Amino acid sequence: MTSTPVDPPVGGPPPPPTTPGSEADLGSRRGRVVRELLGNPLGLVGGGLLLLVVLVAVLAPLITAYSPTEVDFDLPFQKPLTEGYPLGTDDLGRDVWTRIAYGARASLLVGLIAVGLAVAVGTPLGLAAGWWGWLDAIVSRLTDLMLAFPFLVIAVGLAAINGASLTGAAVALGISQVPTMVRVVRAETIRVKQLEFVTAARSLDASSGRILAQHVLPNTASTIIVQATVIMPVAVIGEAILSFLGLGIQPPTPSLGIMLSDAQQYIFRAPSAAIFPGVAIAVICLGFNLFGDALRDALDPTSRR
Amino acid sequence: MPSDAEKTQDPLLEVRGLEVSYGEVPVLHGVDVTVALGERVAVVGESGSGKSTTAAAVLGLLPGRGRVTGGAIRFRGEDVTHADESRLRRLRGREVGLVPQDPMSNLNPATRVGAQVAETLVAHGLARGRAARERAIELLGEAGIEQPERRYRQYPHEFSGGMRQRVLIAMALACEPALLIADEPTSALDVTVQRRILDHLESLRASRGASLLIVTHDLGLAADRADRIVVMSKGEVVETGPAEAILRDPQHEYTRRLVAAAPSVNASKVVAAGSTRLTGQAAPAAGEPSARPLLEVDDLVRTYKVRGRREPLVAVDHVSFSLQAGTTTAVVGESGSGKTTVARMVLGLEEPTSGEVRLEGEVVRTARGAARRAVRRTMQPVFQDPYASLDPTFTVERIVDEPLRVFKVGDRASRRARVTELLDQVALPASVGQRFPGELSGGQRQRVAIARALALDPRLMVCDEAVSALDVLVQDQVMTLLDDLQRDLGISYLFITHDLAVVRQLARDVVVMRSGRVVEHGTVDEVFASPREEYTRDLLDAIPGAGFFS
Repeated sequence: MTSTPVDPPVGGPPPPPTTPGSEADLGSRRGRVVRELLGNPLGLVGGGLLLLVVLVAVLAPLITAYSPTEVDFDLPFQKPLTEGYPLGTDDLGRDVWTRIAYGARASLLVGLIAVGLAVAVGTPLGLAAGWWGWLDAIVSRLTDLMLAFPFLVIAVGLAAINGASLTGAAVALGISQVPTMVRVVRAETIRVKQLEFVTAARSLDASSGRILAQHVLPNTASTIIVQATVIMPVAVIGEAILSFLGLGIQPPTPSLGIMLSDAQQYIFRAPSAAIFPGVAIAVICLGFNLFGDALRDALDPTSRR
Repeated sequence: MPSDAEKTQDPLLEVRGLEVSYGEVPVLHGVDVTVALGERVAVVGESGSGKSTTAAAVLGLLPGRGRVTGGAIRFRGEDVTHADESRLRRLRGREVGLVPQDPMSNLNPATRVGAQVAETLVAHGLARGRAARERAIELLGEAGIEQPERRYRQYPHEFSGGMRQRVLIAMALACEPALLIADEPTSALDVTVQRRILDHLESLRASRGASLLIVTHDLGLAADRADRIVVMSKGEVVETGPAEAILRDPQHEYTRRLVAAAPSVNASKVVAAGSTRLTGQAAPAAGEPSARPLLEVDDLVRTYKVRGRREPLVAVDHVSFSLQAGTTTAVVGESGSGKTTVARMVLGLEEPTSGEVRLEGEVVRTARGAARRAVRRTMQPVFQDPYASLDPTFTVERIVDEPLRVFKVGDRASRRARVTELLDQVALPASVGQRFPGELSGGQRQRVAIARALALDPRLMVCDEAVSALDVLVQDQVMTLLDDLQRDLGISYLFITHDLAVVRQLARDVVVMRSGRVVEHGTVDEVFASPREEYTRDLLDAIPGAGFFS
């Protein structure tokens, strides 16, 4: 029974020379995910839409000719493609394109705050609930309770308590999304904790905190990221709804929801003032949804085609 | 032996120069396989050798983007290589029956078992309604299922693995096919169950005069069950010939290595000859008969409460054994025997209901503080699945380094040096340290897992089915590595396995478990040469290939 040199200890081409701990050694995994994303046409479309939205939001002051609150009573209800007003004007003669660009800013800001909050609160709760059985009973019942209400009811209630403002709406939306985050992270934690590498760490008597931080969290990261891309469009729409109801951003600050709300009174006279903000919301959400789907496929090693 | 009947007539199945590609990449390169009428042919190879792909191509069931890009498949002389779907549908089931690999996932869990058998008959228009039902019950009975009428109405979850495999056999035989393709039909089953099922399959096949194409990784099983063996490697047929010739006088280099490595074949040689051991493991009387065993398992009991049952389930029932330093003890048993629960209790991952585990005299359960840390450092696990036991987000270096970090051994530089040394001990180059587990083969991963277990210089390694998931040749290498480590470092192993063949090669002592109890306990030589218990004898006889050398 001597060793037969069948399978040389390391098969395949020698690994590229890397300095320990450098970025290069992560390159292969990251590179694969990027390649996968670029190879997915829907992902490319989603990514493109997102890039467009982010550029518009960030560069809003540079690509618009007016202030978003600049009123011109001489030129209300201008049609799209009017000279100087590519998407027309609203009832107060404000440039629709300018307000959409600034509104997208508000939407993304609210979305980011809401997602940040949901991740920051939901991830530790989910990890803890998945890891410690006794805590699971408490956390899961609470999330069940919250999930029993439509998220908008919770968001509206919280926004009413927080006071109508951008941060108020963002916090309300973030909190209303915590339960879904908890559920997803909890399920992943339960899956990962049964894997043998966690058992191996436990048989070293490694602390729960250490195992959660070093083993469980990194292995749930891709799920958390994907869930974040799911929450983002929900928060964007949520902001529009809250602002539409007067519970979010306050006029005259531009918001896509407020634009819709303002335009609905004049929907037959100037439909374009309602259509374009609506399209903007759709583009943002579509972008996140398509990109999120592609990201999920790219990160999931079992979906290899 | 009908093995020389092969040239007397046109073969039933003839595969000539078969090339199969996934996308642009060919995975089979000109495979030739023939099966004569009534002949039993085994296709043997490691995972990735293309043996299952060959079987799938015959049935027109290539997964994903796989397609036949060359060669021909002829069934009864008819070219079915590129046959259309309706022809293939008649071929599958009606003329060629398939016994698939995994009895757990191949039955629809939401449909009654009997209906699934009857469906086969209805789909091929052989029977309908009451007649289909009656025939299905008959088939279940023939496949060895008792009380088939009652069982007909049950769901798959009410069947054990072996029973499900019998159902799948009944389905494969429903239309009286001329050729039966069995793809690793019993790999997921315990050895004794495996033997009963294969015996039954053989009697059914023989009574029908059908041909058999069996795909397996187990050379011993192939030798037992087939007239002719086709050895495949890397998408090519490297050798083909009568089973006896392949085993006794392999011609091709690869076959020779496969025969040399096949544990079942080696073990059965020993069983048959009743001779002394083959391996060069440390002699049983290892110099100093130390007073205190390294590991003592004392009257261990573990019970579980089961919902809806008053009596608790006894998973481990008064198990005692001990392990001397520098030796290997194997705990053998079939699934449900409680062997893994014993391992988990030894590792302190599960609390015993009563009884205790002592490591160097220290009771594992009650050790605290420094004593606890000492216990942890003395004993390290190696797990079965090299895919699940390494964190995919860690580099190999970080994986091997983890025990050192948890125990705060040395500084960064000294730990890095230690990792390199450990990788060297398991014959991996230092460059592997920067790779991720996903980039390594199964054998390499298991070496990494062993390096991690070695990091703290343990005196005992608890290996739970540590080589069961590996291919034969890789398994042989890993076992050789474990053997070398024992000789060089004096490590002891507690080896949990279902595979008696592996026991033969590695262990000095063996504990045979059944239904939570120890049924036999002794040195491997004693137990293998003269088993006292009938159950042990059954297990030994069930090793594939056992009959071949007797």
